[in-house]
Amino acid sequence: MITFEHVSKAYGEGHRPALAEVTLQIDKGEFVFLVGPSGSGKSTFLRLVLKEEKSTGGTVEVAGRDVGRLRSWKVPALRRQIGVVFQDFRLLHDKTVFENVAFALQVLGKPRHVVAQTVPEVLALVGLEGKEKRRPHELSGGEQQRVAIARAFVNRPALLLADEPTGNLDPTTSVGIMKLLDRINRTGTTIVMATHDDDMVDQMRKRVVELRDGRVVRDEDRGVYGSNR
Amino acid sequence: MRLGFVVSEMFIGLRRNLSMTVSVVLVTMVSLFFFGAGLLVQQQVSILKGDWYDRVQVSVFLCGEESLAQNCPEGAVTAAQRDAIRTQLTTSPLVAQVFYESQADAYENFRETADESLVANITADQLPESFRVRLTDPERYEEIRAQMLGVPGVEDVPDDRKVLGPLFSALDAATLVALGLAALMLVCTVLLVSTTIRLTAFSRRRETSIMRLVGASRLLIQLPFVLEGVVATLLGAALASGALWALVEYGLGRVGDRPDFTTRLVGTQEVLTQAMPLMFAVGFLLAVVASLISLRRWLRI
Repeated sequence: MITFEHVSKAYGEGHRPALAEVTLQIDKGEFVFLVGPSGSGKSTFLRLVLKEEKSTGGTVEVAGRDVGRLRSWKVPALRRQIGVVFQDFRLLHDKTVFENVAFALQVLGKPRHVVAQTVPEVLALVGLEGKEKRRPHELSGGEQQRVAIARAFVNRPALLLADEPTGNLDPTTSVGIMKLLDRINRTGTTIVMATHDDDMVDQMRKRVVELRDGRVVRDEDRGVYGSNR
Repeated sequence: MRLGFVVSEMFIGLRRNLSMTVSVVLVTMVSLFFFGAGLLVQQQVSILKGDWYDRVQVSVFLCGEESLAQNCPEGAVTAAQRDAIRTQLTTSPLVAQVFYESQADAYENFRETADESLVANITADQLPESFRVRLTDPERYEEIRAQMLGVPGVEDVPDDRKVLGPLFSALDAATLVALGLAALMLVCTVLLVSTTIRLTAFSRRRETSIMRLVGASRLLIQLPFVLEGVVATLLGAALASGALWALVEYGLGRVGDRPDFTTRLVGTQEVLTQAMPLMFAVGFLLAVVASLISLRRWLRI
């Protein structure tokens, strides 16, 4: 699903590279934790997958496309195959839960009846039945993150990227979000989750890739967070 | 669905930046008003020139019994001189047609056009006989005038242009002023539209970032912003056209309706057919150019 070959990314001359010679393969259907201290390159990794940034060396392949050589007008098509969830949810505050999720379908030009059918299904999947008409500020943090996950997943992307999705949530709520992501992973969606949440990583026993100063220092199946935070 | 989405996003943007939208509309209105006014003044100048050129007859006045002018040292024009002048005129390549106006004809014309109190004091032999000449090219007025002035028996060839010249140059200046102001205002409009789009893009950065993330095409993300600018400027163009129309209909119309005012003025017809299409086209172009510039800078994919 994702292949990095000797990928480097430097933000300007003279700066320490954010990623250095990263080689990594993530297969279809995998659940991968990306761990490491702040500034270790986790976010840069995700941004390269989304082609929000361009690598300064090496090749990035996502879903069989060479992202580095992708024409800019083809980038939207790439992003339609990728769902993204952030620490700060990034919901639209003047839209209801339903409208927030529907937004992702509307901008892709999905017909009204598809929206009317798909959105309630996804909201049920993430456990938000009956809250369609609420606005984000009327929801708890965990519920808001569920809305964000619903929006990321409503197009049934093959790949879901999560950048510290539990970073703003208390431990109990985080467990709920993790279970939800695990459930989505079981539908066949590849999930890459950058996180600082050591308890969660230790509990889940999934593949763990640790980055440090832009390099992969550890890559374990069924790994733990590790001692270094 | 997608079109509806774009349009609804556009209206959200217009509403959210209402004060900016209003200022774009007003600035566009003022600038396009000046632009349209400039076009109309130009139109008026060409109407006047056309009218004048149509009417242009070089009048070659011949010496009469009572001519005191130093042009007529030998008194009244003789028959031989008159024939010589006629021949010179009819053979000139500048001349299309020659009419002879005798003293009796001049008196008739005078009686028809002048005040009765004046007519009573004038007799036919006080009026000069003349040749009325229609030119092949009215622009070459000066040449025929120069040729005829020294000819024996010719008293005077008055230059009508001396009367009309200042009027034309005043109108030309008015055109320049109006178009200059319009250009200045149009620059303001471009800057204002691009600033507005920048502000809108900033206030909607959350929406646009989400749109990018879910894979909306560039067109879909940018179109609402472009349409916002276009709608605002077209609204301004419509208001400017309305104002110009009202000015011509109620302002100029009233002047033109006065019975002693014979010159044809630009009418609402010219506003509709000449000024308005150009005003709308310029407004539209302005908005598109301004949005493309600012989007390139502020709304990258």
